[in-house]
Amino acid sequence: MEPVAIVGVGMTEMRRERKADGYADLVYEATRKALDDAGMEIGEVDNVVTVSNDFFDGRTISSMAVQDACGSYDKNVSTVEGDGTFGAAYGLMRILSGSFGTTLVCVHHKGSESRMPLITNAMFDPIYERFLGIEAITSSALQARAYMDKYGITEEQCALVSVKNHRNAFKNPFAQLPLELTVEEVMASPYIADPIKLLDCCPISDGASAVILASEERARKLDVKPVWVKGVAYCSDAYHLGDRDLSDVRALEEAARKAYAMAGIGDPARKVDLVELYDAFTYMELMWLEGLGFCARGEGGKLAASGDTAADGRLPVNASGGCLSGNPVLVAGLNRIIECALQVRGDAGERQVDGVKTAVAHGINGPCGQSHCVWVLGGEK
Amino acid sequence: MAMAEEKKLLITLESGEAEQPFRWSAGIYGSRFLTELRDNKRFVGIRCPKCGKVYVPPRRVCGPCFVELSELVPVSDEGEIVTYTVVSFGFVDPATGKQKPVPYGYAVIKLDGADTYLLHYVDETDPAKIRVGARVKAVFEEERTGSMLDIKHFELLER
Amino acid sequence: MTKQRSSRPDVNGKELINEAVRMALDDAGMTRKDIDAVVIGNMDHFEGINYVDTWSVDGSGALMKPIMKLTTGGTTGSTIAMAAYYHVASGLFDRVLAIGWEKNSESDTTGAIITAFDPFWDRPIFAGAVAGLALEATQYMHLTGATEEDAAYVAVRERKHALNNPYAHLHMNLTIEDVMKSPYLSWPVKMGDMCPRTDGACALVFASEDVAEDFPQKPAWFLGVANRHLWAYTSDPYVNQAIENGWWFPAMEWSAKELYDKVGITDPLEQIDVAELYLPYSFAGLRYMESLGFCGRGEGPALVRSGAFDMGGKCPVNPSGGVMSSNAIGATGLIRVAECVWQIQGRAGDRQVPEVKVALATGFGGCFWSDIMLLGADKPEKVRG
Repeated sequence: MEPVAIVGVGMTEMRRERKADGYADLVYEATRKALDDAGMEIGEVDNVVTVSNDFFDGRTISSMAVQDACGSYDKNVSTVEGDGTFGAAYGLMRILSGSFGTTLVCVHHKGSESRMPLITNAMFDPIYERFLGIEAITSSALQARAYMDKYGITEEQCALVSVKNHRNAFKNPFAQLPLELTVEEVMASPYIADPIKLLDCCPISDGASAVILASEERARKLDVKPVWVKGVAYCSDAYHLGDRDLSDVRALEEAARKAYAMAGIGDPARKVDLVELYDAFTYMELMWLEGLGFCARGEGGKLAASGDTAADGRLPVNASGGCLSGNPVLVAGLNRIIECALQVRGDAGERQVDGVKTAVAHGINGPCGQSHCVWVLGGEK
Repeated sequence: MAMAEEKKLLITLESGEAEQPFRWSAGIYGSRFLTELRDNKRFVGIRCPKCGKVYVPPRRVCGPCFVELSELVPVSDEGEIVTYTVVSFGFVDPATGKQKPVPYGYAVIKLDGADTYLLHYVDETDPAKIRVGARVKAVFEEERTGSMLDIKHFELLER
Repeated sequence: MTKQRSSRPDVNGKELINEAVRMALDDAGMTRKDIDAVVIGNMDHFEGINYVDTWSVDGSGALMKPIMKLTTGGTTGSTIAMAAYYHVASGLFDRVLAIGWEKNSESDTTGAIITAFDPFWDRPIFAGAVAGLALEATQYMHLTGATEEDAAYVAVRERKHALNNPYAHLHMNLTIEDVMKSPYLSWPVKMGDMCPRTDGACALVFASEDVAEDFPQKPAWFLGVANRHLWAYTSDPYVNQAIENGWWFPAMEWSAKELYDKVGITDPLEQIDVAELYLPYSFAGLRYMESLGFCGRGEGPALVRSGAFDMGGKCPVNPSGGVMSSNAIGATGLIRVAECVWQIQGRAGDRQVPEVKVALATGFGGCFWSDIMLLGADKPEKVRG
């Protein structure tokens, strides 16, 4: 793969409701910030990929609403529906094709405008499953139970993730939900869908973010610290929950295997300095760490309990506070990439971890992490 | 498969009246526009500081200039027809779930002082009586709620 | 490509997708295993399925493979083609499966299209694609003096072409009088001027230069792609048509200009052998010929009526019968590309145009958005993406 760099990033603050702003307004804010971060004018953006979801926005082709705000006027532009990590992957491909020197990728989400359970219910099959009322939380509860029972993972081990990530959020001004919690408090929070409790869940959020990718030639012309894309891969498992072993992370393993191979990483546990992954629920952090190869299958609980994943641990995971501390869906994946880029640059402010040379970002699409996207970023080309 | 046999053998599932309710933000300037309509029966636009174009309804960003807008300006409730049609096919209105009554006239309207256009109804269903360039004036509803439907329709000033 | 039909209650969406996928794989002499990545598109609210990428895996064959969804409205199918092109051109994948599909029979199409527009400014008043296009037609007639009969000529031509296409949804032998007598849907657009609502799917295999010669069929090469999706609000396009910088349809004019400049097309009518255009209604077959540079402003009707775009004409347009004969929206733009491929391969059956070297495919949608692609029989030195 030819070298491509992240040269600019922009995030809005994640909040429960940004009432004064339509989602186009949020996109403009994020796009402006990314341009300013890169020291670029909109005219230097060669093409644009917007990321959105018509269901969340309550609007067919909702990307139409952001065409002014993302600066795509008189440019080649397209729209990915799905997590921001996937949209960014398409933005990357457009540079690798040789047709464009720079791509702006922007993504928005306003969880405050819709009723989340109805939207995520629509992920499920209309004939066989939807009538059950199954949606993101209940399906994840099924996965959590399958995973925890198989490997003897405890609710306390999951609660540790909530304590850690909400605490990390205090150092992230963009985060929505910094909380000082104890394991006991998480354990005492009410069950939403056993084994998932209130404090195991991400919040509903509004937000937008944007990144600018550039070819090596274009990146060198900018006065920025480029963050190089070392590897990117994505992979989907089966759709029907009954067709999958929900305790299994094979699609993530496959995506990670490919991404690491591109990056020339043999042993991720030794080579990766920081991870930002999609922790919509606490159990996911444990499962995804296994899938990403940072511990053996079933060892995620022990890894969480070891303290290694703390912001000052051996392998900081979600030093930003993760999705548990702010989850504008779709945006959340791109925010994982942005957090990794800031860490590699050394620009992560109070949440900066020392010596981050290689970072891994991760996003998901579909129910129970059916489809995973893995990015490996580094400071060296 | 023959139609009759198809009907007997194949099952379809009706989603019924299921709907996804939403609560969209109009944004700062959109809210001002709708408030002016509701409270004062007036139109406001927003001027681009770079190209000078007046957007009605107001939006936050001028796409071609890629700058943020903030200067609200008054715009007339009269204007002219840019293009028009008379809708005579029935369809389900997604806002109500009911068949929308037809026919009705509707048009793209340029309000005096605006550079972008509004889409709205005109009080005429004979296309021969409407023309591009015809003058129109907004007619407001008595009860107004802060929506584009606070404008009942545009009245043709010349027929 | 599945046969395009008004309704396919015998299959669910995934099964419909799978029909097209299996046909494409068989045609390419491949199995699911050979596919490196999948791109898929449709319009969410036409079937009410969220996350179609993950939902479709059983039909698309993307199990344990990379799959990505793209959606841009009417341009979805052409967007998918461009995305598959960029996937391969990136060097990350050698064989990419592109899928466009729609089951328009599963919802009220107009209702779903209305929800594409701004909930505050446009949606309360908007009457869907038919009325939006009618506004364009009125303005075009006002600016050029084109007539409803001129448009009816296009409607008749497209349906006549469809008689040669076993995949087409509508097979109608119409006269101009038939179209003129059909009821108004939204003046000046009549029933006979509009596209139908269709169930259908289309799948294409895109391959890199390194492996393209390994397939049983001779490849059709991408020469270049371009697009513009300019506007955010329903009434924006009419502004430009009327006044701005003298551009009538900037999205299509600018994307066509960019593509022609890149590929070296100076005289489209002479240099392009066949065109599969996203003409959703008859008036588009007048106006878009001007926007695509086949003639000057206002000259569309005369050139169209000269027969230049009929079968046997200089540049036959829509030998397949086009969108006015089949419109499974998410598949439609991709079908344009598929038809160009068959024309280049000489496999278009009764609708074959002789000796096709260069073919033009377009997509149209959103607020008068435009996607445009050129394909060729000969491998280009460099693709202009």
